[in-house]
Amino acid sequence: MSLETVQTDAEGYLANRDDWSEELAQEYATQMGIELTDEHWKVINTARAIEAESSSSPGLRKISKRSETPIKAIYQLFPDGPAKLVAKIAGIPKPKSCL
Amino acid sequence: MKTILILGAGTAGTAIAHKLRRRLSNEWDVAVVDPSSTHLYQPGLLFLPFGDETEERILRERGSTLGKGITWHQRTVHAIDTERRRVEVVEGEPLSYDFLIIASGTEVRPDMIDGMLGDGWRKSVFDFYTLEGAKALQKALANFEGGRLVLNIVEMPIKCPVAPLEFAFLADWYLTKRGIRDKTELVYATPLDGAFTKPLASKTLGYLLENKGIQVETEFMTGEVDSEKNVIRSYDEREVPYDLLVTIPPHMGAGFLEDSDLADELAFVATDPHTLAAKNAERVFVIGDATDLPSSKAGSVAHFQADLMTENILRAIDDKELEPSFDGHSNCFVETGHGKAMLIDFNYETEPLPGQFPIPGIGPLPLLKECRRNHWAKRLFRLVYWHALLPARPIPISPTMSLAGKQLSAAAELGGE
Repeated sequence: MSLETVQTDAEGYLANRDDWSEELAQEYATQMGIELTDEHWKVINTARAIEAESSSSPGLRKISKRSETPIKAIYQLFPDGPAKLVAKIAGIPKPKSCL
Repeated sequence: MKTILILGAGTAGTAIAHKLRRRLSNEWDVAVVDPSSTHLYQPGLLFLPFGDETEERILRERGSTLGKGITWHQRTVHAIDTERRRVEVVEGEPLSYDFLIIASGTEVRPDMIDGMLGDGWRKSVFDFYTLEGAKALQKALANFEGGRLVLNIVEMPIKCPVAPLEFAFLADWYLTKRGIRDKTELVYATPLDGAFTKPLASKTLGYLLENKGIQVETEFMTGEVDSEKNVIRSYDEREVPYDLLVTIPPHMGAGFLEDSDLADELAFVATDPHTLAAKNAERVFVIGDATDLPSSKAGSVAHFQADLMTENILRAIDDKELEPSFDGHSNCFVETGHGKAMLIDFNYETEPLPGQFPIPGIGPLPLLKECRRNHWAKRLFRLVYWHALLPARPIPISPTMSLAGKQLSAAAELGGE
């Protein structure tokens, strides 16, 4: 499945987390002008793991602590708003509040 | 004698203690552990800074909220030993348990942000999630003569996620009444992508921000408070200047859960989203703000969980399988200023929808819509809290969410959740 065929919500996030694949993540990243390195993958995989265990998209502090990547470094890896970019590439919903 | 030990006597701990006390025989000791001698009605902290609430009305002696039949250990928890089924306390011998309920809530941690506790703390930088903070802010607001008033959520999750927005609406009202609204820029800086983050709320409630002239700074993750220059600085080097900063500092679980196998990186306990059992230990349950669940950290949630958890603890005592009954139900009034408020009702799956509550088609409280009735219901809720919610007397609202009375089509039209 590619970004052209996969189901997304109005803001372009994956509608079903199970549709995610590493190839899709690559496509999202390319679209955002990001070349994925091992450091990027560590952050992406951590975000996916936390979301799977807690059923909610994690904030950056939790991702930072678990992946042992300083928040500042996450901003360098995903320069244009890491909270949303990480969620999009990781195929999980964007971080939300209750309203 | 068998023991159910409850760590924390806040909203969640007190309510579940009363529920269990009523349902269990005298073979059981229902005991709470809490070092603090007072119980704080936290929703009152929203109104206190504006002089609309008093310390006397929102504080009670802990003993009076627990009453007879519930043992109170006025102790500070040091650690949980799940293998030996006991809780180590700072003062004295460990406390043993047959079942443990973690109800230790969440704490604001201004110390986690560079500069937040610097020279400006409680002079130009305030929180209102603590009694001391709210009282100090009341004085600062009374002396405020205009300038930039900045509301800042550092990160999620926080207690009562709508409180910062309510604070902004109430500040707009307060400043208008004082005749200095036109001299004040009101700014709302959030780490999320909007003040409203759900499709229906963004569409139907965006007017509130526009009408009240509240500027929103989105995706702003605060890295530093610079109280020399009076700016907050984000990780991507944006600066938001302030004259008066009202910040919601990061939240973490209780100190004794940091680095515990039971909890995550923010010291919130890994919890089954439906049974409310702890994931990493036997005979341990988790209620209220202490969980790592995506449900709101709010008093209504604790109340609904207390209803359902009581049944599950009785099942656990009888060696029966737990019911996956909790659905993330939350029910909150949202103050919008000028004597009006909204009511929202939602769960894990369903975003807040318009409709009528609690009786479908009748109300009397409209959902997701401003009105004066909701405001008065919110103000009167303090009495419901002290007399019904805390002592866990019956309140005629289902602990699980009902779709009856809700307009599902409103969400469908937007392709929402």
